[in-house]
Amino acid sequence: MPKQDSSKTKDNKLTSRRDFLRSAGNYTVASLSGAAMLLSDPKPAKANVTWEEHFQKNYRLMTDEEKQQAIERLETRYSEEYGKQVTVDGTPSIEGVLFGYALNIQKCIGCRRCVKACVAENNQSRGDEQQIEWIRVLRMEKGKFSETDRDQHGYPESFGVQVGGNAYKPAGVVLEGQHYYEPEQVPEKDAFYFPMQCMQCEKPPCVKVCPVRTTYRDPDGIVVIDYNWCIGCRMCIGACPYWARRFNWGEPNLPKEEMNPVTHYLGNRPRMKGVVEKCSFCVQRTRKGRWTACVEVCPVGARKFGNLLDPNSEIRKVLAKKKVFRLRADLNTYPKFFYYMD
Amino acid sequence: MRFLQFVVDYLKAGFTGGLLFWAWMLFLLFFIMLWGYGEYVQIANGMIVTNLNDQVSWGFYLANFVFMVGVAAAAVTVVFPAYVYKHKELHRIVVLGEMIAIAAVVMCLLFVIAHMGRPDRLWHLLPVIGIFNFPHAMLTWDVIVLNGYLLLNIIGGYYYLYKKYSGGEINKSFYLPVVYIAIVWALSIHTVTAFLINTMPARPMWFHSMMPIKFITTAFAAGPSLIIVVFLLVRRFTPMKIADEAFHLLSQIVVWCLGIALFLTMSEIVTELYPATEHSLGLQYLMFGHNGLNSLVPFFWTALSLMVGSFILLLIPRIRKNLTLLPFICIAAFIGIWVEKGMGLMLPGVIPTPVGEFAEYTPSHIELMVVGGIWAIGFFLLTFMLKGAVAVLQGEVRYRTESSKQAVSEQQAEAAT
Repeated sequence: MPKQDSSKTKDNKLTSRRDFLRSAGNYTVASLSGAAMLLSDPKPAKANVTWEEHFQKNYRLMTDEEKQQAIERLETRYSEEYGKQVTVDGTPSIEGVLFGYALNIQKCIGCRRCVKACVAENNQSRGDEQQIEWIRVLRMEKGKFSETDRDQHGYPESFGVQVGGNAYKPAGVVLEGQHYYEPEQVPEKDAFYFPMQCMQCEKPPCVKVCPVRTTYRDPDGIVVIDYNWCIGCRMCIGACPYWARRFNWGEPNLPKEEMNPVTHYLGNRPRMKGVVEKCSFCVQRTRKGRWTACVEVCPVGARKFGNLLDPNSEIRKVLAKKKVFRLRADLNTYPKFFYYMD
Repeated sequence: MRFLQFVVDYLKAGFTGGLLFWAWMLFLLFFIMLWGYGEYVQIANGMIVTNLNDQVSWGFYLANFVFMVGVAAAAVTVVFPAYVYKHKELHRIVVLGEMIAIAAVVMCLLFVIAHMGRPDRLWHLLPVIGIFNFPHAMLTWDVIVLNGYLLLNIIGGYYYLYKKYSGGEINKSFYLPVVYIAIVWALSIHTVTAFLINTMPARPMWFHSMMPIKFITTAFAAGPSLIIVVFLLVRRFTPMKIADEAFHLLSQIVVWCLGIALFLTMSEIVTELYPATEHSLGLQYLMFGHNGLNSLVPFFWTALSLMVGSFILLLIPRIRKNLTLLPFICIAAFIGIWVEKGMGLMLPGVIPTPVGEFAEYTPSHIELMVVGGIWAIGFFLLTFMLKGAVAVLQGEVRYRTESSKQAVSEQQAEAAT
């Protein structure tokens, strides 16, 4: 396949369409899914969702046999759509494992390699029209305290109301982060960084509000989603205090050549329009004993991942020895995503 | 057989009318077609055709949903005085109130379907064949109370009409329990809808226990306002007689509920803005804007002025009892509450986002088409149901046995010769 980027301008789209048609011809010769190839669209041709898939049960309630059938159906469909051998894994959670994550905000330099690695690994939609990222890095401004910008009278508000302080701007660190920043170079002098993603709460508000139990907490502590069961009501998006969940507003845009064919049913398999998705602690990797993509890519080692039930794990050592806190602990969601400082 | 005849006669009566009637129905039909088109585009392309996004994922559809649940619940302002206080004038037109409730609930269900990303998977919600996350998910409570309310009103309204039609006695031990359950149930639909959004600490603007009572008071102001206008139209365009007394009681309900609603709004504003914590950013954005992002500000103040203005006007008995002025004040109150409780509640709840990002939202053309179309469906249903109901109540449409039919046709034949 020729390189194509769907987020480009119209002209580029046209050329890539021509290229596509040419290559589509080759595919037909190779007798690869002829029917799907008739659609002359640069996006992956949609293979038909079978009736069996449309009327399948919620994944958690399926018997092992039904799960296997569902997985095989998906493998066939995805392989056809993306023109390569796609595997869909169904590995259940491992006994004696509770996944936890710790992030060193002192080390994070805000390079956002984690964001990019996550997108590449987890098959999110990309392009201008619909870009989904599961990690957001907030840039936190360090506060500046200005000697001159003060009201020495102690009456800073109108109507002569005494409100207490005499600084017009908050002193010290300003707890107002924002995730759009495009610096020449990171880390920036006057900022520190605060990455956020799904906190994999032990008491997840999103799970509680889901009317069809399509999102649930697996025994290893990962909050997963059965994309085939989601009705798209977005209650979970409203309930999540960490803004971790994303919705596929349109048909996801996942170019064939960028598609990661090693997938998990509850994790990074390609999604459809109208369903919610979020970080799954790279369930396709971690249940096979690998690091998550974001841990693997972090250039400064700010990200730690491991089994909270294993007393000798790195994550347990971090929790025992470092200054650890959780985000919005007041909400009693019990996140398994910790922040720490050395 | 008799019931089938009822359905046929009711449909006939509902779709009989003069030029004005057909012009009105065609006008609505135009918007219903736009709804069909909008839904088609949205289902074919996904929710991307709306202006909803990651920051503002709940918008125009849910705003209208919340408002219409209130209007549906407000049928109780007719039913309650009629059955609990034995208000004679309202008792005669109770069925008309139930028709308004039915149309409003149907609109609610359509708004929810428009909001869903995967309406094709609606069956996942059905108990037995799907999974119904009851009692954990508040949305499942809402599904139960809304559908239950629809059913209660259909049973209550049409049982009464059918008995009128067929000339049978109303079985009170069946009918009255339905009515009383429906009264309590009406409160439940709006309470649960309030719980649906105020049980999420992630959205501090909504996270207060005043939500259910504020919903009910605004509903009992907006609902009877609509009912007054509809009843005045019924009185104007049909032979149905509705006494002035009925309007006087309803306008009193409007004025007091409006007053309480304004008091609650004031309490909320003081509680939020006095300490002015970060949790009040949504309300601040609604009232004053945020760094130039102030598209909601004019709407909020207009809505508040409409509510305060109509409250003050309605307090004056001479104006409240003037049935030429009343509908205009009612329309003003209705629009004010629609803005304040619809978009004025939905948007500052989701803006700013939990990470503090402000993003402005205006509905897209598709959203406008779908919402406008659903309103048209509501009015279409309402017009048809009211026409049929009035015909039955007036005795114009009655069950006729074969022999009496024959008598009628013989009479007609005689008259022709």
